Amino acid sequence: MPESVNVEHIIEKYGGDREALVEILRDVSQAAGYVTPEAIATIAQRLGLPQSQVHSVASFYSLISLKPQGKHVIRFCQDAPCHVAGGREIWETLERELGIPFGTTTADGKWTLLTTSCIGACSVGPVMLVDDTIYGNLTPDRVREILAQVGGEA
Amino acid sequence: MIRATVLVSGDPQSLGRGAEAVKLAIEAELAFYGLDKEIEVGFGGGTTRAEMLPTVSIYPEGVVYGPVRPTDGAFIVEEHLYKGRIVEHLLVPPDALVSGRLASLPAGKEGKRYAEKRIVLRRVGVIDPYNIEDYVAHDGYFALGQAVTTMTPAEVLNVVRESGLQGRGGAGFPTGLKWSFVASRPEPVRYVVCNADESEPGTFKDRMILEGDPHAVLEGMALAGYAVGAHEGWIYIRGEYVLSKERLERAIRQAEELGVLGDNIMGSGFSFHIHVHAGAGAYVCGEETALLESMEGKRGIPRIRPPYPTVYGYHGMPTVVNNVETLANVPPIILNGAAWYRTLGTKRCPGTKVYTIMGDVQNTGVIEMPMGVTLREVIEIYGGGMKEGKTFKAAQTGGSSGSIIPPDFLDTPMDYASMAEKGAGLGSGALLICGNDTCIVDLASVLLRFFKAESCGKCTPCRIGTTRLLETFNRLRLGQGKAEDLAVLESVAQNMFKTSFCGLGQAAPTPVLTALRFFRDEIAAHLDGHCPAGVCAMHPVTEAPKTRHQYV
Repeated sequence: MPESVNVEHIIEKYGGDREALVEILRDVSQAAGYVTPEAIATIAQRLGLPQSQVHSVASFYSLISLKPQGKHVIRFCQDAPCHVAGGREIWETLERELGIPFGTTTADGKWTLLTTSCIGACSVGPVMLVDDTIYGNLTPDRVREILAQVGGEA
Repeated sequence: MIRATVLVSGDPQSLGRGAEAVKLAIEAELAFYGLDKEIEVGFGGGTTRAEMLPTVSIYPEGVVYGPVRPTDGAFIVEEHLYKGRIVEHLLVPPDALVSGRLASLPAGKEGKRYAEKRIVLRRVGVIDPYNIEDYVAHDGYFALGQAVTTMTPAEVLNVVRESGLQGRGGAGFPTGLKWSFVASRPEPVRYVVCNADESEPGTFKDRMILEGDPHAVLEGMALAGYAVGAHEGWIYIRGEYVLSKERLERAIRQAEELGVLGDNIMGSGFSFHIHVHAGAGAYVCGEETALLESMEGKRGIPRIRPPYPTVYGYHGMPTVVNNVETLANVPPIILNGAAWYRTLGTKRCPGTKVYTIMGDVQNTGVIEMPMGVTLREVIEIYGGGMKEGKTFKAAQTGGSSGSIIPPDFLDTPMDYASMAEKGAGLGSGALLICGNDTCIVDLASVLLRFFKAESCGKCTPCRIGTTRLLETFNRLRLGQGKAEDLAVLESVAQNMFKTSFCGLGQAAPTPVLTALRFFRDEIAAHLDGHCPAGVCAMHPVTEAPKTRHQYV
């Protein structure tokens, strides 16, 4: 976990409120890339909850990761509206271009390729999220462009 | 002195189409002409059809340009704001804008003309969502002011009940009735929760409202609070809606500063506080009891109903849980009265409905229409017809848990009651239009993959049922179906419908059951190794389906 991620600070932001557990875990996951066992221990201790419960909540939500992620995380929408708009071809392009199957991270740790449920941008499907940015109206060429562009940035 | 305001549409669709670059180009050009002190630039909501985005609206003239590229943005500054000439060729055609989209109806209804009717979306894309003054200038917080100063809570509740407003999240439950359940409880502490966990695939109407007109939702919640005697409201917003959350939080701060939210609203003695609680990615949290669990910091697993949240809700207290669109309907109802609201829509289902239209139509996007308009009208008038070379084969109404309906539904009035009579649902308002090259078996597999992924796993019918249905459809797609598969689908789907714990599990088999009813021949053809639409890759003998990381 990067030094800069201060779990205590995130807990403080929510006033140490147990009911904010989902939000705390999500913030930690987003800031650090994933929630480490140490972070789970800290959160559990500070909120007065068993670690098992914190882990159980963390494992339930798709925006909270318990595994290290690549530098860039691609979340491709595989729901029906994007499918009807040509999602299959985009799926195949992503796997081919990155050389990895969905659900995994490239060996160099640069890309993690995940699927997501609908992100509510259906009128410009097929869509994918790259980190926090939504890309719509995808075509195989456009995917290659985006990968080159995002991958080329430092 | 600000003499003009420029709003670039800033919804994700627009951002995906380069809105950020357009805004930068406009700002740079304004600075070049030295106009940056007298013209303000901001992000607004999206308002029109997707292919017109991003739009640039200029006030006070109220001119809307779109789709605008960064170079167009610079040109608009030079021509419109510097030289004072409207750039005709970049204007959004009037028929793509708010209202004004008139068309004649097909046989039997000649002589009538329907326009797109915007009640909920009337301010979306028109006002600056970051500026409460814009909202107030468009009748914002008038309804709340009127309610807390001249009406009793019972009177407010009564207007909503008489308006016939029904829940717009999908189930269509009468809103006034739900409120009266909470209002009549003995517990002194009650809550209002806004369900903004819009996760039904194909549905993004709530996002448009939250991003474009956040105060409308806040005002609706405060009115609900006043009517049922609650002083605390929560908005549970899905984790993916980052922009909506930011705009809501900003709106809450502004409303509190202005005294239209918080303690002693407009000096009336009524206090109402609103908080935002973000989810973290789970479809099931849109189910009201799972949502409450998640709000309490737990796994989003549904509770048994009854007791319903109106009796035992957040912290075990009586709680109103309403959808975003439902709440956004409340201020205009209070302001204009129940009788006015009943002039819209159909007798059994008054009001308008916000639809998201997508798939094989020319124009995709968000529209708001009176209840009772038919699917044919939506496709022809608002969708601009089917895509080149495609004919209508099926539509899925209401998102992934909605019904798959055949062409003979095209002329059924779309409201909750009429659709239910024909054995289909209106649901959340998503309309996925599928052309003749769509395979129903393929579509069903995609839908079931979603439900398998999003089933919370609490109850067996849903956990095992979604998996079994997906397996069966995957077999059919490969031409490896067995003779009994149709019976298996029917039985598993029926069992899920009857015995699943929550609405997710009960609704998940809907597309399967409707597909079996309306497209049985096509599904049966796959048993003979034939995909009529030519979509499914048949591998009848050799290639076993791979289980992991396959598309579907």
